[in-house]
Amino acid sequence: MNAEKALKWALFAYVALAFAFIFTPVIWSFIFSFNSDRFPSLPLGSFSLKWYETVLSRPEILQAAVTSLTVAICTSLLATFIGFCTAYTDFRYHFMFKQAYLALAMLPPTIPLIIMALAMLSWLAQIGLSGQVISIIISHTVLAAPFAMAVIRLRLNDMDPNLEAASWNLGASEWRAMREVVIPFAMPSIIAALCLTAAVSFDEFAVAWFVSGLNKTIPVVILEILQGNVDPQINAIGTFVFIISIALIVTAQMLMLSKGGKKEATQ
Amino acid sequence: MTTPLVVFDRVEKRFENFVAVKPTSFEIAAGEFLAIMGPSGCGKTTTLRMLAGLEAPTAGEIRFEGRVMNNVKPHERDMPLVWQSLALFPFLNARENVEFGLKMRGVDSATRKKKALEWLDRLGIGQFAERNVAKLSGGQRQRVALARSLVTEPKILLLDEPLSALDAHLVIRMQSVLTKLQKELGITFVYVTHSQSEAFAMADRVVIMSHGEIAQIGKAKDIYRAPSDKFVAEFVGRNNIFEGKVLKSTPANTVVATPLGAFSVPTGTKGTFKADDPLSFVVAADLVQISAQRPSEDNIVECQVISEQFMGTTVTLFLEAKDGSELKVQVGQRELEGIDFKGSKKLFASWPVSRAHVLARQ
Repeated sequence: MNAEKALKWALFAYVALAFAFIFTPVIWSFIFSFNSDRFPSLPLGSFSLKWYETVLSRPEILQAAVTSLTVAICTSLLATFIGFCTAYTDFRYHFMFKQAYLALAMLPPTIPLIIMALAMLSWLAQIGLSGQVISIIISHTVLAAPFAMAVIRLRLNDMDPNLEAASWNLGASEWRAMREVVIPFAMPSIIAALCLTAAVSFDEFAVAWFVSGLNKTIPVVILEILQGNVDPQINAIGTFVFIISIALIVTAQMLMLSKGGKKEATQ
Repeated sequence: MTTPLVVFDRVEKRFENFVAVKPTSFEIAAGEFLAIMGPSGCGKTTTLRMLAGLEAPTAGEIRFEGRVMNNVKPHERDMPLVWQSLALFPFLNARENVEFGLKMRGVDSATRKKKALEWLDRLGIGQFAERNVAKLSGGQRQRVALARSLVTEPKILLLDEPLSALDAHLVIRMQSVLTKLQKELGITFVYVTHSQSEAFAMADRVVIMSHGEIAQIGKAKDIYRAPSDKFVAEFVGRNNIFEGKVLKSTPANTVVATPLGAFSVPTGTKGTFKADDPLSFVVAADLVQISAQRPSEDNIVECQVISEQFMGTTVTLFLEAKDGSELKVQVGQRELEGIDFKGSKKLFASWPVSRAHVLARQ
């Protein structure tokens, strides 16, 4: 009995340590974003919002935030649309080289980011699209679409293949069936994919740095500030970025693991 | 008979190199309860799916009320299907599931709701209208699926093994619900099943399929008493099949030599048989008599009881003849009690000549 209890506590401690290892830097950054001292050192100085004030008073950072959010929203919509279409073709059709088609669709995240970024830059420059907000959106869509596809495909795999045919049988045309059956069934995964792809885009640095030109995103601005000097503004921006990302990811996770979704799927 | 509701005219279905349904022709009358039965892979579900428009025939014509249906899209046919998996929409509640067909036809929401509730009430699950379908029992979901298919008041309802996922006692309940509905509504039911008891219990006519073709089509009783070939005889079960060679044949009787001895069978209307031709016949298990003393019939097999299968009012006896072949006999429980075995398990199985049925296809 005692041994069992000890093991339980040991495991608990292990998990706690793992989480501490992952989150300490973030929490550190969070705490120092409210610290009045210029340099991050203990003991802490007084509570202060001055780093947030500094950040908010710099138009280029606000501009970067607007760019990042615009890119994230556009990317999530585009990538989720493409991801859904790919997942649906996989669900619905059988064709030659389907495995190759799927492998190709899953490829972008496996390419080293730096290669991807260079390739994107040279390609977009060729077609006269480099250095614009749209260039970041295009590049991020390429990177994020496979994630959307993976999430939506998982959900569609749980769908009774007869469901769509049942709706045709009850008088729904193919488009109507898509609207009334396939999309409602996939909805939790579609929202999860929107969140996930927005987070991928919002956090992405390497590709954005190459293709963004003057339209910097938040991660690019952070690096530029860091290159100058260590500045507690970074902590303030970091906290903002972390909160948005974690909110998106947690929403996506909750939708993907929702009990309701599981139960429906097995009916 | 008036013009048939559905005509299958040399309909064939091939999937690449695999022939699912060989050229097949049959008719379904309006208001008929037709069961299509056969082992898995016999083409029965493909036949049903072709009727629903979910598979296109490779050759031949399917006509509905005289209209060729081959190129009519599934959503343009009013032939609702009750799926084996039920295929209820999990994101809709019971009432919304039932409303689906009406919604697709542009019926306004008030009328939709009213009709859906009427049907749910009619099937005895009105109180579950607003419940998530995942929270209903198997029998309740079955009723939702039925209501969903019937709410548009179609002329024909297709059912693909709808009861296969239910518990045995629910199957019997649903069978009576289905036959009652079919009588009340007067619409045509096409019911695909692998279960002989379901098909025989409910259908007016039964189609038996094997390897993509129709082995026999007819009333349940005719198929049971007079199977057309060995496949049907085995498939419907409870038949004793004898294979042998013709010894001699007169217009009245034909004597067949089998490993168990010689038996007399009716010659039938098609003329006498040639000596030495192979000939198979069946005797249904419930037409065989048993006795402890040697009876005075022509056809007698001396055998031993191997096992008994108690079925309530009847008992199926499994008997072994001298040469090791097995016989099935179905007798009433009381009849069995009346037989004095005198300690031994030996008895005589016998049947009058007229009860043997010669298979049409050898």
